[in-house]
Amino acid sequence: MGFFELLTDMITDYTLRTVAMGAAVLGIVSGALGAFAVLRKQSLLGDAVSHAALPGIALAFILTRSKAPIVLILGAAVAGWIGTLIVMSVVKSTRIKYDSALGMILSVFFGFGLVLLTFIQKLPDATQAGLDTFLFGQASALLQRDVVTMAILGAIALFAVTLFWKEFKILCFDPSFGGSQGSPIWLLDIILTTLLVIAIVIGLQTVGVVLMSAMVVAPASAARQWTDKLGWMIVLSALFGAIAGVAGAVISSTVPRLPTGPAIVLCISAIVAISLFMSPNRGLFFKWIRERIRSRTLRLQGILSDLYELTEQHQDREHPHSEAVLRTMTPSMADIHGSLRELSRQGLVSEIGDHEWVLTEKGYQEAKRNLSLRGAQ
Amino acid sequence: MNITQIEIQMIAVVVAAGCAIPGVFLVLRKMALISDAISHAILIGIVIGFFIVRDLSSPILIIGATITGVITVSLVELLKKTGLVKEDAAIGLVFPVLFSAGVILISRYAGDIHLDIDSVLLGELAFAPFNRMIVAGTDIGPKAFWVMSGILILNLVFVIVFFKELKLATFDSGLSLALGFSPAFIHYTLMTLTSITAVGAFDAVGSILVVALMIAPASTAYLITDRLSLMIFLSILFGAASAVSGYWIAHILDASIAGSMATMAGMIFLLAYILAPGRGLIALIKRRFNQRWQFARAMLAIHLYQHEDLPEATYENSFAHLEEHLRWNPNFAGKVVEQAQGRKLLKKEGDLLVLTGKGRDLAKEYIVK
Repeated sequence: MGFFELLTDMITDYTLRTVAMGAAVLGIVSGALGAFAVLRKQSLLGDAVSHAALPGIALAFILTRSKAPIVLILGAAVAGWIGTLIVMSVVKSTRIKYDSALGMILSVFFGFGLVLLTFIQKLPDATQAGLDTFLFGQASALLQRDVVTMAILGAIALFAVTLFWKEFKILCFDPSFGGSQGSPIWLLDIILTTLLVIAIVIGLQTVGVVLMSAMVVAPASAARQWTDKLGWMIVLSALFGAIAGVAGAVISSTVPRLPTGPAIVLCISAIVAISLFMSPNRGLFFKWIRERIRSRTLRLQGILSDLYELTEQHQDREHPHSEAVLRTMTPSMADIHGSLRELSRQGLVSEIGDHEWVLTEKGYQEAKRNLSLRGAQ
Repeated sequence: MNITQIEIQMIAVVVAAGCAIPGVFLVLRKMALISDAISHAILIGIVIGFFIVRDLSSPILIIGATITGVITVSLVELLKKTGLVKEDAAIGLVFPVLFSAGVILISRYAGDIHLDIDSVLLGELAFAPFNRMIVAGTDIGPKAFWVMSGILILNLVFVIVFFKELKLATFDSGLSLALGFSPAFIHYTLMTLTSITAVGAFDAVGSILVVALMIAPASTAYLITDRLSLMIFLSILFGAASAVSGYWIAHILDASIAGSMATMAGMIFLLAYILAPGRGLIALIKRRFNQRWQFARAMLAIHLYQHEDLPEATYENSFAHLEEHLRWNPNFAGKVVEQAQGRKLLKKEGDLLVLTGKGRDLAKEYIVK
């Protein structure tokens, strides 16, 4: 399929359009709120909330016998919310650590959800779809009105973020300072967590329980590499989430038997990988290059100052010094000849005869300056 | 109880006990969520192993999945070491990728072959007894029972042999390194065992509920004891208790056994959270309540001690004066004095409060503190 066809499909094909839009909304909301979770070292809260939502979904169905997304989302949100409150209170009042509390809520709630689901399957009017729907999401079953529901809930969550912007910022970076200034940290914590719960449950139907955690952690982790500003990080995170959502939806629609949820996760993970390597300030690739440049500069400076030292000893700037002598003065197995060539290209040294070198006037001044700088330090 | 029911419970108990042992160290070392990552990521190991041998019960699968578990842990550490993401984010980045790759492999290439993701993720304990272990033509019981018993024994032997090293590496890894025990060795051995246990257990309870059986019993035990050996013993006990009670609840509700085991593990934790002596919610509330009165009695004793035998004693140490000096309302003051009298800290001489020897000692003790 060509790119143009794909583009027309995006506009005309109902399923693809709906899924892509749903995935985009999910990416934006979970990306933006995930930024806070990642900064607060609560990356895995998404994992816990999405698993903990399962009994809520099942109970909502048992109570209402309805599979309307808003009902199930509400059930999921309540269960996820209760789960996170239990985590907070267990951590606060016992010596159980945050990670253990999360792991426990995640798995115990999920187990309870499983009990309820197997119970539902045995009900006489069981209309329960397969477990797969909850575990992996069923993006293709997404309807336009589901996307509208998602978008409205997401917009409310994002609006709340702008409303509490300053408070959330303090909560992320210096909660004890916030507390000392009179901010109700405990309440803000609950509000922010609630918003995250909303972001997570609206994504469950698209990518499913197991993979929703990636949509919280990954966009924010990628965005973090490109900026040190909270505002930009959230914008980028939402953007990355949206791109991955749409790309995953499109890829899964063009490749047969490629489920949407995992496709989206692989897309966002690719974005993370690119960010980890290629971001200009923190990225591994540029870090490596900077290190190379630094070590080369140091090596060249070392040889230059060795030559300077020899020159000073001989008190004769024109006296040539052989490469062999310079090699014995260099501790590492560095490429002396290549380095000297490089120095001579910079006009700092010049070769007189075979493998015999002297400092130029420029090189002499440069070496002197380097030494005095080093002395100053 | 018929034989199948007994067999299911036996499998459930060894699975729970086997999971509880590495669980203790995961909880103590703040690595509980590594078990989540491992249990999800082993899916791809199982899938790739399955493509190679085309048999879900082959030991190759267990080896493949265990290696995947260890690779997952190493990837998390590698990512953490770049310093670009925090540990929790590293976990959250690594396992979804591996898990997604596993799901995609299954749905693209295993469509016609029976490899059900549900059964990997959720397990089905009710079917476990049907897979028999046949040795020299004789049926010696369900295979899952023997596999998990083997893993349980492996875990026990590791803990017993390396108890001292594990203790040291868990509670003071710096000292352990200084003394020449390698914390890294302990760490990776522990991770390997966690992977093996998760792989052995996924068959019976599914990969998500392995996390419940690892973390919940260990956390419960952590609320009750300070001794490592007792904590391990209690975790095994709580694990086994959730297995048996979970089985019967599932039996009554006709629901998922694994899910109900996890639920019971959570219930037992909840009970301990509320009732645990010294650390439970009730003990906490009781202590806070007692502390209030204890503090008030001490205040009273100190106040009386400061002024006794001095000229102003008749005025300062009278009951009526407490309201003014300690800002206590008469009702509260009356109760405190009553308690102090009951504990023989002071005597009432008319309106005057006089410390006993015991009361004086208490006051001195608090002043020294």
